[in-house]
Amino acid sequence: MIQTNHKEQHTLIALVEDKPGVLTRVASMFRRRGFNIASLAVGKSEQPGLSRMTFVVNGDDYTVSQVAKQLDKLIDVIEVADITNESIVTRELALIKVKTTQSTRGEIIQIVNLFRANIIDVGSESMVIEITGEEDKINALHNLLSPFGIIEMLRSGVVAMVRGQANGLANGHIHNQLIGNGH
Amino acid sequence: MESTGELTGAEIVCESLLKEGADVVFGLPGGAVLPLYGALSSYPAIRHILVRHEQAAAMAADGYARATGKVGVCVATSGPGATNLVTGIAAAHMDSVAMVAITGQVPRAYIGRDAFQETDVTGVTLPITKHNILVMDVKDVAQAIHDAFHIARTGRPGPVLVDIPRDVLLGEKAEFVWPETTKLPGYKIPGEAPEAQVAAAAELINQAERPIIMSGHGVLISHAYGLMTELAEKAQIPVITTLLGISSIPTDHELNLGMSGMHGMAYANLAIDEADLIIGLGMRFDDRVTGRISDFAPNAKIVHIDIDASEVDKNVMATVGVVGDLNAVLAQLLPKIQANVHIDWLRHIQELKTQHPSHIVRESDELLPQYVLQRLTEVTQGRGIVVTGVGQHQMWAAQHCQFTEPNTFITSGGLGTMGFEVPAALGAQVGCPDSVVWSVAGDGGFQMTMCDIATAVESGADVKFAILNNSSLGMVHQLQDIFFEKDFVASEYTANPDFVKIAEAYGIRGIRVTKKDEVVDAVQQAMETAGPVIVDFMVKEDEIVYPFIPSGQSVKEMLEEPANKEIA
Repeated sequence: MIQTNHKEQHTLIALVEDKPGVLTRVASMFRRRGFNIASLAVGKSEQPGLSRMTFVVNGDDYTVSQVAKQLDKLIDVIEVADITNESIVTRELALIKVKTTQSTRGEIIQIVNLFRANIIDVGSESMVIEITGEEDKINALHNLLSPFGIIEMLRSGVVAMVRGQANGLANGHIHNQLIGNGH
Repeated sequence: MESTGELTGAEIVCESLLKEGADVVFGLPGGAVLPLYGALSSYPAIRHILVRHEQAAAMAADGYARATGKVGVCVATSGPGATNLVTGIAAAHMDSVAMVAITGQVPRAYIGRDAFQETDVTGVTLPITKHNILVMDVKDVAQAIHDAFHIARTGRPGPVLVDIPRDVLLGEKAEFVWPETTKLPGYKIPGEAPEAQVAAAAELINQAERPIIMSGHGVLISHAYGLMTELAEKAQIPVITTLLGISSIPTDHELNLGMSGMHGMAYANLAIDEADLIIGLGMRFDDRVTGRISDFAPNAKIVHIDIDASEVDKNVMATVGVVGDLNAVLAQLLPKIQANVHIDWLRHIQELKTQHPSHIVRESDELLPQYVLQRLTEVTQGRGIVVTGVGQHQMWAAQHCQFTEPNTFITSGGLGTMGFEVPAALGAQVGCPDSVVWSVAGDGGFQMTMCDIATAVESGADVKFAILNNSSLGMVHQLQDIFFEKDFVASEYTANPDFVKIAEAYGIRGIRVTKKDEVVDAVQQAMETAGPVIVDFMVKEDEIVYPFIPSGQSVKEMLEEPANKEIA
């Protein structure tokens, strides 16, 4: 009866109150309902007192619609939208600390330049590379650097934004699908 | 805006409770919450009922809320006081009961230092409350209480916990300013549903040949029983109630098929199996209702109307999901519904009822628990309130007690909390002092919370306790009987106390019943006696609750009362 198909990964954004415990409430809901977060990024929004969260969630349409509805039910969550099928831009930031030797340093710098990434720290046997971009681009750089030996990697998680005039949330169209029009 | 000058946090709590119309609180004091008790004595309009165990405070608040439709309030101190509330809060959460729990917390400077009687109570209760609030400033107390009551009673109701450190209750004072509005930008309360959803639901209902209404707790919470019955009568649709939907339609209404599900009426389950449309109203297709999901109502489309959007498509995929307040949605829906008679369908259901008479109690010389409840409900004529715990006695009460008025069957459904019957009955009686309240108990659950008989006596709560005493954990015993080769490990009580003497010890009347012909007299005597009474019905042991659809199975695996099968 329950349909299982469609995209395996969905991108959800949420506007939430910037209060202690909100992240715990969100994370706890994911855990207790057995939902799987692939990545989560949180930060201040354009509105004082409110934060934006970007979730990448593994699951089919059915699961993700449950995630969205359960998120929306949390009192501190103001709005939720599944923007997977919208026209969106996504970015992720990664810091990658890679092993270097005199003989590999030049090749690594070439790769970094090719990706328009930045070297933000250089040591005698390592360097720290900063890259911003879509997940695929970061994965590609990671793959190329792996043979040199990655000492440490940190990824911020994906942040996403709808293109154009809309802010993804405040027009309320996704909201209406979730809870009906009553207030 | 109005102001009453500078008050302590504790006084602001009391002022706020009055503003919210909370005239009864159930609680038990302790160090961290003591400043609130210090203020309570200056507020005689708030009646405090002192329990013997905080679990009873939460469950009494629950029973009070369900019986009255108001918000139930309980109070406990930090640490163990608050953790003792947890089972009662979880029960209220599962059953969508409007409750506000106020807990004391250690002073702010001690939080996070493992102070004496410190527990992270907002952390502990996070998954079992609709919301919770830790108040860290006396200026936020009034807003927190206002928000808590608003969240608890609106939308899909639920428990809200407000945790207040001792030095916020009794430290710096603040002006009491009652907030005009809530401060909850993320909180939405559905009202009417989108017309398109309602129209789609109406179309399915008008087309259906074998429709069934499944009436849940939401029908009671939303006061939608009138419109639900109107819908049923207008289109002649039989009504099945969930466990928590019992009393949303009178038991003797000709369209009422009673409860369905694991221990539901056989004909109700068979009707669902054959239905071409299930209209789920304010219910959540719980696994006790559906059995194996893939075999539930295999021939039916589903119209699911609920105030909680996350319930739609959660367990059962709805053909049409309608999100809104049930009473408002039914008002939108009714004009679109065509009158119908469904003669063939109703006749067929009548046949099912004749062939599978699970509402009939078999003839026996022994004192059957089902027989006790049938006589009890005859004497009370279906009036008053029945409160149960969890287990066999609960299922028999759901099957055999009669109800005429809404909100008169109070039971722990979702969480299945043994021991609920004593404190919840106390709360219901406090909330409805003019009603006869019967606490139908099992001997197992009764012993979990019987310390609060003292609370009933002290507070003048005239509860009548009917213990269906089979000297065992009957439901466990039944499962062992059927699924564990009669290995009755840890389910038989060999040294139960003498409940008549327990009654006497609490200064109330106790009556023991061992024979069928003593039942009616005992019930009448209990009702004629002022104050609480315990009636100890020594019922037949190892009786099985039929019908029975084992967990995770379907109506095809349903076990029926052997004697009734023979009748058919």
